[in-house]
Amino acid sequence: MASTNGTGTHGAVLADKAPEKEGPIVELRSAGKSYGNIRALHGVDLKVFPSQVTCVLGDNGAGKSTLIKIISGLHQHTEGEFLVDDAPVRFSTPREALDKGIATVYQDLAVVPLMPVWRNFFLGSEMTKGPWPLRRLDIEQMKKTADEELRNMGIILDDLEQPIGTLSGGQRQCVAIARAVYFGARVLILDEPTAALGVKQSGVVLKYIAAARDRGLGVIFITHNPHHAYMVGDHFSVLRLGTMELNASRDEVSLEELTNHMAGGTELAALKHELAQVRGVDVEELPEEEDLTAPVATSGEGKS
Amino acid sequence: MSMTQQAEPAVTTPPAPGPGKAKDGRTTERPLALRLLARPEVGVFLGAVAVLVFFLITAPPVRDGSSMANILYQSSTIGIMALPVALLMIGGEFDLSAGVAVITSALTASMISYQLTMNVWVGVIVALIVSLAVGLFNGWMLVKTGLPSFLVTLGTFLILQGVNLAVTKLITGNVATDDISDMDGFDQAKALFASTFEVGGVNVKITVVWWLVFAAIATWVLLRTKYGNWIFAVGGNQQSARAVGVPVTFTKISLFMLVGFGAWFVGMHQLFSFNTVQSGEGVGQELIYIAAAVIGGCLLTGGAGSAIGPVFGAFMFGMVQQGIVYAGWNPDWFKAFLGVMLLGAVLINLYVQRTATRR
Repeated sequence: MASTNGTGTHGAVLADKAPEKEGPIVELRSAGKSYGNIRALHGVDLKVFPSQVTCVLGDNGAGKSTLIKIISGLHQHTEGEFLVDDAPVRFSTPREALDKGIATVYQDLAVVPLMPVWRNFFLGSEMTKGPWPLRRLDIEQMKKTADEELRNMGIILDDLEQPIGTLSGGQRQCVAIARAVYFGARVLILDEPTAALGVKQSGVVLKYIAAARDRGLGVIFITHNPHHAYMVGDHFSVLRLGTMELNASRDEVSLEELTNHMAGGTELAALKHELAQVRGVDVEELPEEEDLTAPVATSGEGKS
Repeated sequence: MSMTQQAEPAVTTPPAPGPGKAKDGRTTERPLALRLLARPEVGVFLGAVAVLVFFLITAPPVRDGSSMANILYQSSTIGIMALPVALLMIGGEFDLSAGVAVITSALTASMISYQLTMNVWVGVIVALIVSLAVGLFNGWMLVKTGLPSFLVTLGTFLILQGVNLAVTKLITGNVATDDISDMDGFDQAKALFASTFEVGGVNVKITVVWWLVFAAIATWVLLRTKYGNWIFAVGGNQQSARAVGVPVTFTKISLFMLVGFGAWFVGMHQLFSFNTVQSGEGVGQELIYIAAAVIGGCLLTGGAGSAIGPVFGAFMFGMVQQGIVYAGWNPDWFKAFLGVMLLGAVLINLYVQRTATRR
């Protein structure tokens, strides 16, 4: 994949940690969320630093979506603390999160299919000109900017007037990411950006995540693909049934460990012993519990 | 084992920018005529022209200038209301109370000024406040409860219908309000809402002018302002609109209040052209407004449409309504005509939506 031919090294990643002294932009302290009597998320610690990619991994229903909905202002947390720039916050609308510089690219991309590409690009943050009451959309400027930003993403569209619903899934994804990056986010939340994409398109998206990180953005990369996460991630949090299963930085965890945690972690090791009782199942290659050396969330305090 | 290797972090350069102004080249430009035909406004414009030509041929009196002024007047009373109803529909909602709200507004103005013996402008202002309040209530109920607008406004429709009749009978002892034509300020208000002026020997009602002015403003707002962008967005995909920071609640409530404004304007026109108001009227008009908006290319489910389309939609209605009379046919045919036009428009809309979302 194209993203392996880069210049980044482990040292570079560690160097990236320098801004850590500035403190995290976004921090969750044992935050949680209950919907009525259902506890969707509980005791989650997360720190997002500038110029770092924080990967949040988890299976379906692990609470990934709930987590980003809290950070992006669609839902409010019901327990714990949520801090932006070390000040506790509670967003009631996504607008407030956007004003704090937290932009989100949703799984459904938050686009309006029947609206033209350029209108979607600037939706909610339209450029205007002229005094009120004649304040109007600066259509030329918006079209020009949208075209430039999309070209920077490597997307060339014949007609920005075409409804965004006519674009392919990958194109729409890139429009959504380009939009979030353009609007000067300090924290960019990407909700499974590679889930619906082909190999090549995923590569483009991963490159763009790295590019956003190098611009100094804190990126929260939600995925259930540990391979994609490991290519760009600096810090990994694995969610499982609404709680933190793993909270480790890049130098504390290998891709294999990450994959194992993703797949069920310690439970898998227990399953291995059960499978060992069954004849015909070769368990030699499976990892032992003690192989999973990465710190689990409970003992992971202060690791980052 | 490649699994154990530490994967390198991704490259730090952004993807290469595309070459200059190159086109993707996978889409071919369709001929202008074909692109125009795909626009719903153009479809309804051609429909309106067809109806006009049809009646010009079959009903000779239509060719007269004063008949045309009459047709335009008829169209304008539908058209002024069809505009806010269309904007609301683009915003994904519709308002069944729009028809009776017109009468509510007229009744309020009439009774306030007559019973309290005040300048009619007091009644006009109070009526505006009442109309906006009805819109605010509709919008607020919709946003707070999350119920479909059909249910919320059906409730308002029934409430207003009952209140119109009951309160009018209670206060005036009659189903109509008293004549206010000799009251202070009546002439001023009539000049604004219901006057007539002459163009080339033909008497034209001022509502025709208002209709076209409102249509121009609505078109500008819809296509050239933030607010217009928000209307399309909340109608097209409410969740997405909210997620990117569009004030969905404000947009929806203000759209309902805009319908209230339209109802006030048409109500004032009726009051100052007939001097009295029949409290039982207005029922069924809401469907005419909705039909005009749909024929004008507004998507019933929201997210697409224009302000100019409903102008032609309302013109078709006015044309058919008056044309049947001029042609000497039984006016009962009017509703049948409406039905055919509505179905045809809906089928075209459906086709347009499918084309637009084709991958």
